[in-house]
Amino acid sequence: MNKRSRLHIPRAPARPGEKPDFRYVQLSPAGAVARPDVNARAREIEHLATDLVRVLDDDGRALGPWDPHLDAAELQVGLRHMLLTRIYDDRMQRTQRAGKITFYMRSLGEEAVSVAACMALKPGDMLFPSYRNQGLHITRGLSLVDMMCQLLSNTRDMCKGRQLPVMYHSRAANIFTISGNLATQLPQAVGWAMAAAIKGEDHLAAGWLGEGSTAEADFHYALLFASVYQAPAILNVVNNQWAISTFQGFAGGEQRSFAARGPGYGIPGVRVDGNDFLAVYAVTRWAAERARTGAGPTLIEHVTYRAAAHSTSDDPSRYRAKDDHLHWPLGDPVERLKRHLIRLGEWSEERHQALTAELEALVAASWKEAVTHGTLTEGPNLDPDLMFEDVFEEMPPHLIKQRAALRKERS
Amino acid sequence: MAQMNMIQALNSAMDIAMGRDPAVVLMGEDIGYFGGVFRVTDGLQRKYGEHRVIDSPIAEGGIVATAIGMAVNGLRPVAEIQFADYIYPGYDQIVSELARLRYRSAGAFCAPVTIRTPCGGGIRGGQTHSQSPEALFTHVAGLKVVMPSNPFDAKGLLIAAIEDDDPVVFFEPKRLYNGPFDGDPHKPAVPWSTHPKGEVPDGHYTVPLGRAEIVRAGSAVTIVTYGTMVYVAAAAAANLGVDAEIIDLRTLAPLDTDAICTSVKKTGRCVVAHEATRMSGFGAEILSVLQEECFYDLEAPIQRVTGWDTPYPHAFEWEYFPGQKRVELALRAVMEPA
Repeated sequence: MNKRSRLHIPRAPARPGEKPDFRYVQLSPAGAVARPDVNARAREIEHLATDLVRVLDDDGRALGPWDPHLDAAELQVGLRHMLLTRIYDDRMQRTQRAGKITFYMRSLGEEAVSVAACMALKPGDMLFPSYRNQGLHITRGLSLVDMMCQLLSNTRDMCKGRQLPVMYHSRAANIFTISGNLATQLPQAVGWAMAAAIKGEDHLAAGWLGEGSTAEADFHYALLFASVYQAPAILNVVNNQWAISTFQGFAGGEQRSFAARGPGYGIPGVRVDGNDFLAVYAVTRWAAERARTGAGPTLIEHVTYRAAAHSTSDDPSRYRAKDDHLHWPLGDPVERLKRHLIRLGEWSEERHQALTAELEALVAASWKEAVTHGTLTEGPNLDPDLMFEDVFEEMPPHLIKQRAALRKERS
Repeated sequence: MAQMNMIQALNSAMDIAMGRDPAVVLMGEDIGYFGGVFRVTDGLQRKYGEHRVIDSPIAEGGIVATAIGMAVNGLRPVAEIQFADYIYPGYDQIVSELARLRYRSAGAFCAPVTIRTPCGGGIRGGQTHSQSPEALFTHVAGLKVVMPSNPFDAKGLLIAAIEDDDPVVFFEPKRLYNGPFDGDPHKPAVPWSTHPKGEVPDGHYTVPLGRAEIVRAGSAVTIVTYGTMVYVAAAAAANLGVDAEIIDLRTLAPLDTDAICTSVKKTGRCVVAHEATRMSGFGAEILSVLQEECFYDLEAPIQRVTGWDTPYPHAFEWEYFPGQKRVELALRAVMEPA
């Protein structure tokens, strides 16, 4: 036997031309995982970091202690938000392909991660999203027109043309500005939560990042500060298995779950079925109750799958098996909630089709309105003078001079 | 000789370096199986294996730090930072460690690490995929800083950087990957096959670090520039019919002071152009050197053409980018009779 040291290279389970293989995903049956008291100590509930909290089974039944017992109206709202997110994504993707916007990132297959979590929080809770959490914005009621105007960098763009598409924000809806730099928002969320505790307020902060981004030091700062100060924060790792072409094994997912990073820092870590609307809702509710009652932070790993490309600049057929998301063992979050509602007698294929048509019409009408405020190629255009604003609160002399120079250049 | 774009030339440089020296290893995000988001490392993992072309976690600080450790243990790592805009988590390791190992250990340790990273705008990348942060590295003692402007130089400089025993930060202007770009986004893209510097030897050669190149000889004014702005400056001078001497620095640190001073002493006029922001930009260093060395030869104040002192905005890409018009205005100003 070869006893010398060797470099271990993580392997993706299936590459192009191979059969999708998800045997590596550790599953628990729906309803099987105990729901501990919110005041339980991290070391008493370490099993939550390796088990998988699931409520919905394959037949659409809600099972076990994590069932949040939402009423049908709430479930229908959840379904609506998820479906709207998907239809919006689909339309914006096509818009990018048609050359109307420069870039887009879909959240296909990950809608429950944002929508269910957002519904389980209060409006005063501050959200620190990554770039694939558009379901948060939709659930918090941002206008689609406003979101589209951001994508278009047009005259009504909330970012005044400064950000890449999908980098939304909403001060009014308590959603922080999205950064293109990875993981930066997570320790910021902890700082926000620390401030809430310092000020004696009831609000919590929730942050999201991909499993790939947990490799950044900022993720570890977030866990450390959250643990030391027992900040009222919910730290969400969206484990969609892929960081562009990089399989989650390269982020350290082979040896332990991402949720298991929490117990190492003294923070409860919960691994949840990210495609199960009820489970995501219930776990977020549990974590929020912990935060609001002084029990401190929670790390949640949402086990899900990035069904689409990383972005419109990416081509996953180069690095993973074709249509592998169709084999993902946790299914499709929209289909699963729909099946549950139908089983409850609170939904039907006809109503689903009607809702789909309604939301498609809403997205189409919103787009029609958004483009009246301009596109990158057609007017009206943003005034380039805007480029020099907001660098500082007050424009310093050198920028006033540069603004004048640009005016001269353009004249 | 072969026709290569800059991506192929860089790929060839690493291929040659790896073939000659088993100590050369590559590491970075998406560089192995996938071949890099710009395909610069395409095929190299298949050829040299997973122990020499290493896919890394998304951790720029970790990439730089482990590259230092590998280098201290005898390897010659070439680390890719996917975009220069994402280099900052690695900045402490670069500034406090990589740049100073040799100095603080009185030569007992050194780390021959090359850090490759795509930089610059012109691809609608917005503020997080467009930056030109070279001055943050030229300001650091102990780092060599390179930015090629064409495939021939890219290959020769990258091989030189890998073979150099000092750390090198190697910026790749991504707008030049597929062809020279003169700053006019409305013109059809021009491939490297139309340009003499798209002719690249297949085998080993180096372009020495620290040596600028006069890409166009002229007598009326010197334009000191590098990266994408080489082509913008040339187009602007041609538009005005100015007989400009255009110097492509290629290496920013160490700076080829002789080349720029000799030229400016000859022409008596100078425009310095870079894409990066103006304040404390690398242009300020060039102006200082020229002021120290050529003050009495100058016929007019030196002009600087730069990006504005704002983040790189998505919607105003071409208003931000220092295009031909901005260079022309500077050339006119510097050519005005005293």
